[in-house]
Amino acid sequence: MSEVADQAVVIRVRGLVTRLGGHVLHDRLDLDVFQGEVLGVVGGSGSGKSVLLRSIIGLQQPTSGTIEVLGQNLADLDGDALIRMQIRWGVLFQDGALFGDQTVAENVQIPLREHTDLPQQLMDEIASVKLSMVGLPSDAAKQYPAELSGGMRKRAGLARALALDPEILFLDEPTAGLDPISAAQFDTLVRELQQSLRLTVFMVTHDIDTLRATTDRIAVLVDSKITIGTIGSLRDNANPWIHEYFSGVRGRAALTA
Amino acid sequence: MTGALQAQSAETRAWYNVARHGDTLRLAVGGAWTVSEARRLDATLRGFDASGSTYVEIDCGALDRIDTTGAWLLLRTKRILESHGISVKPVNVRPEYRALVHTIDHECRAPPVELPRRHSFDAHLERIGRGLCHALHQGYELIGFFGHVVFETIATVLQPRRLRFAALVHQMEETGLNALPIVGLLSFLVGVVFAYQGSDQLRDFGAELYTVNLLGVGFLRELGGLLAAIIVAGRSGSAFTAQIGTMKVSEELDAIQISGLNIIEVLVLPRLLGIIITLPLLTFYSNVMGLIGGATMCYLDLGITLPAFLHQLQTAVVGWTFWVGLIKAPVFAFVIALVGCHQGFEVERNSSSVGRHTTQAVVESIFLVIVADAVFSITFSWLGI
Repeated sequence: MSEVADQAVVIRVRGLVTRLGGHVLHDRLDLDVFQGEVLGVVGGSGSGKSVLLRSIIGLQQPTSGTIEVLGQNLADLDGDALIRMQIRWGVLFQDGALFGDQTVAENVQIPLREHTDLPQQLMDEIASVKLSMVGLPSDAAKQYPAELSGGMRKRAGLARALALDPEILFLDEPTAGLDPISAAQFDTLVRELQQSLRLTVFMVTHDIDTLRATTDRIAVLVDSKITIGTIGSLRDNANPWIHEYFSGVRGRAALTA
Repeated sequence: MTGALQAQSAETRAWYNVARHGDTLRLAVGGAWTVSEARRLDATLRGFDASGSTYVEIDCGALDRIDTTGAWLLLRTKRILESHGISVKPVNVRPEYRALVHTIDHECRAPPVELPRRHSFDAHLERIGRGLCHALHQGYELIGFFGHVVFETIATVLQPRRLRFAALVHQMEETGLNALPIVGLLSFLVGVVFAYQGSDQLRDFGAELYTVNLLGVGFLRELGGLLAAIIVAGRSGSAFTAQIGTMKVSEELDAIQISGLNIIEVLVLPRLLGIIITLPLLTFYSNVMGLIGGATMCYLDLGITLPAFLHQLQTAVVGWTFWVGLIKAPVFAFVIALVGCHQGFEVERNSSSVGRHTTQAVVESIFLVIVADAVFSITFSWLGI
């Protein structure tokens, strides 16, 4: 841990408590995400992984605690300051969350149209650059989200998330619902883009193959608490859920592959 | 909105300058080549003139920051120059930018997509054609659905045990009982308005008593039924589409089908029969409320007392007048339920489709209700009723 201690902290969560419907989802969580790393967040269904992501990007109000992103406390931001913050991160929602009444290229151009004043021709070029960066064929640009497969929708969603060259990329279950081959390709893509664009990636996932292929560190949400480590250190963890996750049949198969 | 991005990176502006040494051109770039600077760079770089040179060097040594848009601008310039037969070489590229430049250079082989511009004449023509084909197809499908529903209805009538009684009663409550307040209020208000406008016109002829005739015939023959049908189409027809459509999105329809249940019997018949029973009742109720509204206005505006109103009403409403209005109600009900359910089944498996088809169900059912009303009017006048 000493080698990462001097790295810049991009996301700093302190004492986060989230209570939903009388149920404590997060109990005084602390979490640091360092610049340029890929952090995977895992946990059982309903353990609050997605809620943690939503809290960090400001879609969910924490019950108490502070969340700092890029050195600024989210609770203090409003209006223009919040928009300035929002364009520094990109979010890929579970099923892409593309706008169904616009083509893929138009979806990618939405952030550009909203936050820049680029001429249309350049926006078309940028959209096609981003789409080819995420590995979509050029004819996908003119298609509507409903005409794409799940994997292509995720890639298109990723292209939109990257439209303004964000510093942080949030991924919510990027490989859920993809076949193993597409999932593996998506993992490689995320890793390559993360390196070439020097992104910090915060990824919520179930997929142990994705964890192995892409993440630098892993945060496990169990019993409203967080445990951080690498795959190697977490395999020896005494917590039964963590042990089962990394050393159970599926975990072992994926990690020894 | 545009201010946000520009303010953020105002400290380092992007720049480039050109120096010529013989037939070598040196393009030095520096500052922050990011998306917020791209507008300025785009215009001048697109027309970058390197004529007279055979070799261009792009010196990236002074770059503070570069993102994909900036990298694309440089790469595009390089490609344009190369297409003119000029050889281009980037120099002094910092190691940390290499991965980005490589990714873009490596991935972006395809020419930029030209998006079809909307609003051209062709596009409009295409939309009209598409719309027409869609409407015809919808009509065709609706007729097929009509046949299917009629077949199942007959089968159920012959075998009443198949009817889902609890669902039927629930639908009657939803479409009938719960619609009472809104139907009553609107009918009352329309009665008031109708009586007021009628009395205003008829007073000029000294025939204000005939306001009662206007009200009686107008409401019982046409308005009561239409009002009830239009409100039910908006309330319940749309609800049918939304309910069935949502079930389709969440694959519940598929689950019903593979469980060996008959979809029409489970989902359509309770709704159809429920609305066929309740709409005539609602029509009657609407008639009564409209007449009460009219009578109130007649008393306040013209001084016609309730006994005088009722007496005049009896002379106006003769023969078939009352039944003509009521006969139409089951037909309207059938149309509303048929369109509402049909649109529900037409929903595709995405959420925006539910909204689109719900709107379409309301528009289509109100349209068909009025068409049916016109057909009734012609038929009745032909029969001399």
